[in-house]
Amino acid sequence: MERNQMRRQVALTRQSLFDQGFLDEQFIQLEELQDDANPNFVEEVVTLYYRDSSRIIVNIDQALERNPLDFNKLDNYMHQFKGSSTSIGAKKVKAECTQFREYCRAGNGEGCMRTLQQLKKEYAVLKRRLETYFQ
Amino acid sequence: MNPSNGKGSVSMASSSGGWKAGDVVLDQFPAGLRVLVVDDDPTCLVILEKMLRACLYEVTKCNRAEIALSQLRENKNGFDIVISDVHMPDMDGFKLLEHIGLEMDLPVIMMSADDGKNVVMKGVTHGACDYLIKPVRIEALKNIWQHVVRKRKNEWKDLEHSGSMEDGDRQQKPSEDVDYSSSANEGNWKGSKKRKDEDEETEERDDSSTLKKPRVVWSVELHQQFVAAVNQLGIDKAVPKKILELMNVPGLTRENVASHLQKYRLYLRRLSGVSQHHSSLNNSFVSNQEAAFGAMSSLNGLDLQTFAVTGQLPAQSLATLQAAGLGRSTTKTGIPMPLVDQRNLFSFENPKSRYGEGQQQQHLSSSKPVNLLHGIPTTMEPKQLAALHHSTPSLGGMSIQVNTRGGQSNSLLMQMPQPQSREQILNESTGSHVPRLPSPIGQPIMSNGIAGGVIGRNGIGDSGRGTLYSHVPPTSSMVSFPLNHPTELASNSFPLGSTPRISNVTSKGPFQEEVNAEIKGSAGFMPSYDIFNELHQHKSQDWELQDLQFNASQNANPVEGNLDVSPSVLVHPGYSSSQRIGQNRTASAIGRTIYSGIEGTEQGNTQIIGQNLNNLLADNPVRVKAERIPDSCNQTTLFPGHFGQEDLMSALLKQQPGGIGSTETEFDFDGYSMDNIPV
Repeated sequence: MERNQMRRQVALTRQSLFDQGFLDEQFIQLEELQDDANPNFVEEVVTLYYRDSSRIIVNIDQALERNPLDFNKLDNYMHQFKGSSTSIGAKKVKAECTQFREYCRAGNGEGCMRTLQQLKKEYAVLKRRLETYFQ
Repeated sequence: MNPSNGKGSVSMASSSGGWKAGDVVLDQFPAGLRVLVVDDDPTCLVILEKMLRACLYEVTKCNRAEIALSQLRENKNGFDIVISDVHMPDMDGFKLLEHIGLEMDLPVIMMSADDGKNVVMKGVTHGACDYLIKPVRIEALKNIWQHVVRKRKNEWKDLEHSGSMEDGDRQQKPSEDVDYSSSANEGNWKGSKKRKDEDEETEERDDSSTLKKPRVVWSVELHQQFVAAVNQLGIDKAVPKKILELMNVPGLTRENVASHLQKYRLYLRRLSGVSQHHSSLNNSFVSNQEAAFGAMSSLNGLDLQTFAVTGQLPAQSLATLQAAGLGRSTTKTGIPMPLVDQRNLFSFENPKSRYGEGQQQQHLSSSKPVNLLHGIPTTMEPKQLAALHHSTPSLGGMSIQVNTRGGQSNSLLMQMPQPQSREQILNESTGSHVPRLPSPIGQPIMSNGIAGGVIGRNGIGDSGRGTLYSHVPPTSSMVSFPLNHPTELASNSFPLGSTPRISNVTSKGPFQEEVNAEIKGSAGFMPSYDIFNELHQHKSQDWELQDLQFNASQNANPVEGNLDVSPSVLVHPGYSSSQRIGQNRTASAIGRTIYSGIEGTEQGNTQIIGQNLNNLLADNPVRVKAERIPDSCNQTTLFPGHFGQEDLMSALLKQQPGGIGSTETEFDFDGYSMDNIPV
């Protein structure tokens, strides 16, 4: 009973993640890769993602503090970050990445910084939601 | 599952199932496919690894390109396919792609979150066999085995084209199993294709499934050494072991030599049986030309150089060649380029210096043809095309193109507007005519002339090899052989026709004569083309050298400038022929013919041809070509020198008397069919 409820809860949580646009189909692909041999595959991947991407965010922060801004470098970092985010299906984060790159191409430092803030927010929110989900 | 994420750590997560590649692969293919994944993003790497494992592949992941390369080098036969990210911090993905293509000739798939057309195009031009957009789905990975099979098939095809000879050889040379294994590798996957061959296959299969023999790039010099050794020993007595000893090249294995010898033999054989191919090419010429041109453009990188030399070769021929080869692969046009580039890396080092001028020209000329190709229906022989397609990814691809082109080029050359008979001649002369084609094709041109049929074969065969020569050899072989085959001579008249083309090419002036000469020569060589194709492939490099030689010996002066067309291409043909000149093989002869035509070394011929050429020149269409070709022509002059003009000349001279008169008229008109080729 409880287990059923829990399962339903989990299912709902998961569904909301999709409905609210946090995750996209790529996440489902990851889920499909999970099997008995790797029961925590998705969780492991997400953990890996957060670990690695936080490093990139630090790099981006540092790069934004430089003056003048090296948009090329910023774009590169963001490309990397976007690649990772896309791989796990982080939809909103990915959207922010795209926006950030747009600003980079336009040479808009202000826009970049603003977008980065936005991105960090989404990034953090997703992390929390996923942590909850995995538990 | 632990993602192995250490930076710089390579997790050799090989066996998903702990299979022994050799055993299982055959039965459960594509399961067990050995994949190397390179990506600096650990998240992606892990996900990919998991996906590939789910497809039952054997996965090794790498987050650094350097490490991946060293892994590949250490374990030459340890992988079947490589998947690499485009953006990596330590090395550009395309650079890695090139390295792999050149050194190991494995199929490489690029991937990136970037789906911009330019990036994808870059992948194509650098020789990637596929491009995946991130996020990569498992469905996309399920089919990557097709690239492995395709590549092997192409290589296999080359061997197959060699015909029964290979099989025969196989039986005769049990000691050469090894080589067979390499060729058989492909065959294994192909399944029955080579089953009928002997047991060697079985052995090979076992070997090949686990090991893919490292590819040896038969550079021009290497091939020259090889041919020298073979000639020294006597073609009948030439056994790989002795050849290896004579060549004394460190790092070269007996297997390499054996497989190369096999090809060479097939090539020689082809030379004798070349005439048949020509007729088939006729029709394709016209269309091929265009295609060829297009193709040629793609080849630009390499072709230019080779053609530069062969520049002399009628631009048309090049175009045809390209068209022929590329015709089918229109889509693949991009691919030829990579091949070319690769070739450049290898073989063109030398030619570059020599052809520097030519090269530049080639590029110019080659760029033009590109357009042509697209519209051109590829009548090319299926084999050729297939060869082209497949080969593209690797250098081998290039060769194929060249090869197909060769066949095609024949048709193009044939454009010379002569009737069927001409075509045959053209086919033969294609080798020589090749110069006509835009230089970029340089190489293909050579093959074109030569036996369209042969070319196809060579192309395919060679492409499989991924060796440089594939490009060039096909053409060259054709050229040189005509000399030997009387039947080819019949086509002689053709050469005249071809000359007209050449004249077009030579519109530049100096070339005209040369073109004639070449054409003549080419006619004679036609038969040899076939053989050359195979040889050419190896020889492509040789040709370069030869081309240079030719230029020197021939009048080359005017032509030199024009030859932009990949001299290397010409070189080879001429090159081999010089060696073989005695025999029909002179692949180089072909090149020579081309050159001679261009350079007008054959004075006697030139005169006659000159007339034809003049006529041809008159026509505008021809001009157009000439313009294009001039660049290439210049280059060709360079090569003719190599070929041993004497042989060509004699061949041409012989042919002239008969055919020239009659062909002239015909050629004039036909020759201009080049119009098709957009200038």
